Amino acid sequence: METRERTKVVLLACGSFNPITNMHLRMFELARDYLEDTGQYRVVKGLISPVGDGYKKKGLIEACHRLEMAKIATYSSDWIVVDPWESQQPEWVETAKVVRHHYEELVATEQNDDEVDTVKYLKKRRIEALTFESTSSHNARRDSHQLKLLCGADVLESFGVPNLWKQEDIAEIVSRYGVVCITRSGNDAHKFIHQSDMLWQHRKNIHVVREWVSNDISATLVRRALRRGQSIKYLLPDPVVCYIQGHNLYSAESEQKNADVILAPLQRYSGASSS
Amino acid sequence: MAARIPLVLLACGSFNPITNQHMRLFELARDHLQRTGRYKVLSGIVSPVSDGYGKQGLVLAKHRITMAKLALQSSDWVTVDEWESQQPDWTETVVTMRYHYGRILKQYQQIASTDIDKNLNSLAVSSLPPRLKLLCGADFLETFKMPGLWLDGDVDEVVGRFGLVCVSRGGLEPERAVHESDVLSRHHGNIFLVREWVRNETSATEIRRALRRGLSIKYLLPDSVIKYIKQHNLYTEDSERVNNDKVLRPLTKQAETPVKTLDD
Repeated sequence: METRERTKVVLLACGSFNPITNMHLRMFELARDYLEDTGQYRVVKGLISPVGDGYKKKGLIEACHRLEMAKIATYSSDWIVVDPWESQQPEWVETAKVVRHHYEELVATEQNDDEVDTVKYLKKRRIEALTFESTSSHNARRDSHQLKLLCGADVLESFGVPNLWKQEDIAEIVSRYGVVCITRSGNDAHKFIHQSDMLWQHRKNIHVVREWVSNDISATLVRRALRRGQSIKYLLPDPVVCYIQGHNLYSAESEQKNADVILAPLQRYSGASSS
Repeated sequence: MAARIPLVLLACGSFNPITNQHMRLFELARDHLQRTGRYKVLSGIVSPVSDGYGKQGLVLAKHRITMAKLALQSSDWVTVDEWESQQPDWTETVVTMRYHYGRILKQYQQIASTDIDKNLNSLAVSSLPPRLKLLCGADFLETFKMPGLWLDGDVDEVVGRFGLVCVSRGGLEPERAVHESDVLSRHHGNIFLVREWVRNETSATEIRRALRRGLSIKYLLPDSVIKYIKQHNLYTEDSERVNNDKVLRPLTKQAETPVKTLDD
């Protein structure tokens, strides 16, 4: 019996999902186990948000396929769902905006929730909205949902890549929302946090989850195997394998897509031209 | 152009439980062998060990067989064989291999001797008789070093007469295991080393550990197997203690009587 009620958490994973693999799906499971094991959280939902085509990453196939594969992959899950919002936006959307969007949706849903005492709740929400800037997410919303960004160590470390992220976006994500980072190399992740004043300040909001058993099924490797006519069975759910084969996705040609184009964030933040 | 040699891959093990990683072994091995241009892989066989093996934490063969069957439902070339698990005592790998090889050869001879319907069976595609190879992970090679676990003559027959297809994973270096063993080195031409680029250390041991701790195992093995495990409440602290006090059967059996020879 718990003395204090657990905070409800929604995990949001942004990425190419090109294609989704068992590794992506495992991340959710590991994150949920970890958070619930702390005794402080109850993970109620997982969201997969595939990036839009505007991201212009090399080898990125159409969002419609990536969405569909992710949906097929999560049929058997009772808590992980796919959200198309990000992929439907005309231009690439910063991760912070995606997080914000989903958080606002979450809040809107909470307000419709029958379990909650509506009057008291709405009053609290108005107060919270006004004090957003000053309070850290850790103390502010104990009885409402928290949205956390779920990612691998590569994303955490990408915070350091010039012109890939806006500093204020990183600040918003770690201070207001929180990050759950799944990694084999826990030491590297902690070191990275240690070396950044901003991340260090919000270290309590960055959960580093050690993956003791490595499960390194990268989408890049899967695409390579497909180009070489090698089997990808058991690396991703069977129905996704069928879909890929049925639509003949991922060839040498598809891997060349966007080869001559600059990644959207780099283009946006450094003002570089695409030629 | 020389006809491809038809092959059947046999994996022996506890399969306690079967995992995606086990099934990947077959996929990787088949891709590798067919890419050499010299072989055509006809089928794969999963042969779970019998309860007589006496390994710690080994759940009943009937469960391990059912789980393997569930897991392989979606495969069109790998099946589960119960013969080994049905034998009264633990069976040496070489004996299991001889059994399956005899079966496959008989099948081939039956088809080869009939002129009718040659196109119906893939065995008839090649005029060459099929060969049987033992499929394993790199950790399996390490077991050849363990005293009392293998009889020298057996290793010679498994590796020399039949052949090994060994899929490497994680940090283990199969080349080193071959190098450090005289008998393996002797037959190095009959050992195919397949590199698994995807670093996947998922093992049945880890899965059992996760289950004892109430952690998720989803996406590490097929949903149907997970459902079965939950329904039968397999893999608990109690199940892990099974055979705690026993010695692994090969160690006692091989100290007693010599294994029957090829002539039988």
